[in-house]
Amino acid sequence: MAEISADNAPKQRVKAARRALPEAWFAWLLVAPAVIFIAVIVAWPLAETVRLSFLEADLGGEEWVGLANYTDLAESRRFHDTVLRTFYWMFLSVGLKLILGLIGATLLNAAIPGRALFRVLVMPPWVIPIAIGCFGWLWLYNGHFGLISGMLQRFGIIDGPFEFLAYKSSAFYSAIVTDVWIGTPMVTLFFLAAMQGVSRDLYEAAWVDGAGRWYRFRRITIPQIMPVIVSMALLSAIWTFNSFEIIWILTQGGPRGATTTLIVDTYKTAIGNYKFGEGAARAVIIVILLAIFSLIYLFFLNKVNRRYGAK
Amino acid sequence: MMDRYTLLQKIGLYIGVAIFLAFILLPFVEMFVVSLRPLEHLFSTPYRFWGDDFSFDAYSRMWETVPLLGRYILNSIYISTMVTLITLIFVVPAAYAFARLQFPMKNATLGIFLAVNMFTGAVLLIPLYRVLRTLGLLNTYWAMIVPGVAFLIPTGIWLLRSYLEKIPRELEEAAYVDGASRLYTLRRVVLPLAVPGLIVVSTAVFITAYAQQFLFAITFNQVREYQPLPAGLYEFIGYQDVTWNEMMAASLTGVLPVMLIFLFLQKYLVAGLTAGAVKE
Repeated sequence: MAEISADNAPKQRVKAARRALPEAWFAWLLVAPAVIFIAVIVAWPLAETVRLSFLEADLGGEEWVGLANYTDLAESRRFHDTVLRTFYWMFLSVGLKLILGLIGATLLNAAIPGRALFRVLVMPPWVIPIAIGCFGWLWLYNGHFGLISGMLQRFGIIDGPFEFLAYKSSAFYSAIVTDVWIGTPMVTLFFLAAMQGVSRDLYEAAWVDGAGRWYRFRRITIPQIMPVIVSMALLSAIWTFNSFEIIWILTQGGPRGATTTLIVDTYKTAIGNYKFGEGAARAVIIVILLAIFSLIYLFFLNKVNRRYGAK
Repeated sequence: MMDRYTLLQKIGLYIGVAIFLAFILLPFVEMFVVSLRPLEHLFSTPYRFWGDDFSFDAYSRMWETVPLLGRYILNSIYISTMVTLITLIFVVPAAYAFARLQFPMKNATLGIFLAVNMFTGAVLLIPLYRVLRTLGLLNTYWAMIVPGVAFLIPTGIWLLRSYLEKIPRELEEAAYVDGASRLYTLRRVVLPLAVPGLIVVSTAVFITAYAQQFLFAITFNQVREYQPLPAGLYEFIGYQDVTWNEMMAASLTGVLPVMLIFLFLQKYLVAGLTAGAVKE
């Protein structure tokens, strides 16, 4: 076709150039609506948050206080605890999601009858509204009438009713379990897809050489899906760090602050107590911490990708 | 041959799957069982796993206890549908530009979009409240739709872009050489080819929008008639005397629409969402 039209090609090119908008202009025209929308609804509020963080602001008015909100936080023991608690929450929850996701994906990847059905049955916690799932867990954690306490009593593990959400450490770990429950389906799904993308030739070659299942899993599956594991870990970490609804519905950050992560603390300060300036300072710290975390992570991701030869 | 399991391995696999699915599905089973039992039997100790008193009474009484339940469910569907449509309007052209065209600052712009994924609305509530107030959108459906769209645009662009990149370029180039304008090519050549991708993106956006209707609703909307299901029911969960059987019945009824959509489209959805995870 190229040969046939060779002699009138230059003419066409001229025509096309005259007719068409330059590519860059056209592209920007297409991207602009989304950019403007994000600028108004996300970027501008973000800039405004930074400004607010230097103010003493409440319903009454605003007053410039410089870095006072930040120095207050730097000196607050409670805030330090909140930051540490947030990272503990994130690492524990993400770790569990990744481990469960890996186990789940391996099980669902096995060639057994019924696996198509099993794959569908994993997804409901992701499909339903987060808040609705939490309503169910609220009942499960009920000490007197809930399933978990009831079962533990029946099997003689605990003597009397146990209110999971009423004590500091049990409330924290209960919230983690619910968070893991909601986050695991997505992780499982991505790991499963990655596992199915691994070339069968690799497994067959190893099998011919007499490698067992565990060896194949460790030496082929894990390295092959490593890039997906690593990027899923980052996404999952950001979501978990920002997880608000689960904690808010289960415990509202209590008892006595035991489940107050940074995001819950920010919400309580700004919306609950109308301390907009102090809330904004917390929000800015969240953004900075996540940005630093992501940068360190991306650096690490590059290394992993280079090592495992991902494209 | 390689995939053959011994009987023992098979049993082990099924036990593993059973335990895994039990963790995932147990809350649903318990919610359903609770919805079937009379309240006075729920509040009885010691705990009973099963009852001989199952009935669907809660499913008829819940409409009286939560008078606006039907409205809440419709609100949820309406908000998610609007979020999906508006998100698509923004996402389709942008995703096409990112997939096909060269323009200055392309990577920086894409990076900024992806960075939006790092925030949640919870961080920006106060200024967002002021923006919505300035635009006169507080206490309307738009107070929940507009922020919902903003936080879903990046995901939408990311998903659709990777789909568009897989469509062969030749067809567009042929149309373009034949004298079609860029916009015509996008509308008449690219979009029809992208329909499966659009279905995946719409479903993913719809489900996410349905799942996350809580924070913006309790913060930006005080009008009960506009509340989506999670925010509407939350009001009743906060009461001293929660009628748990009816709450569970209402919750399960309310997730039915999104569950049905998921079941119908799960095949495309799963493949589409994970397309980026699979190496070519």
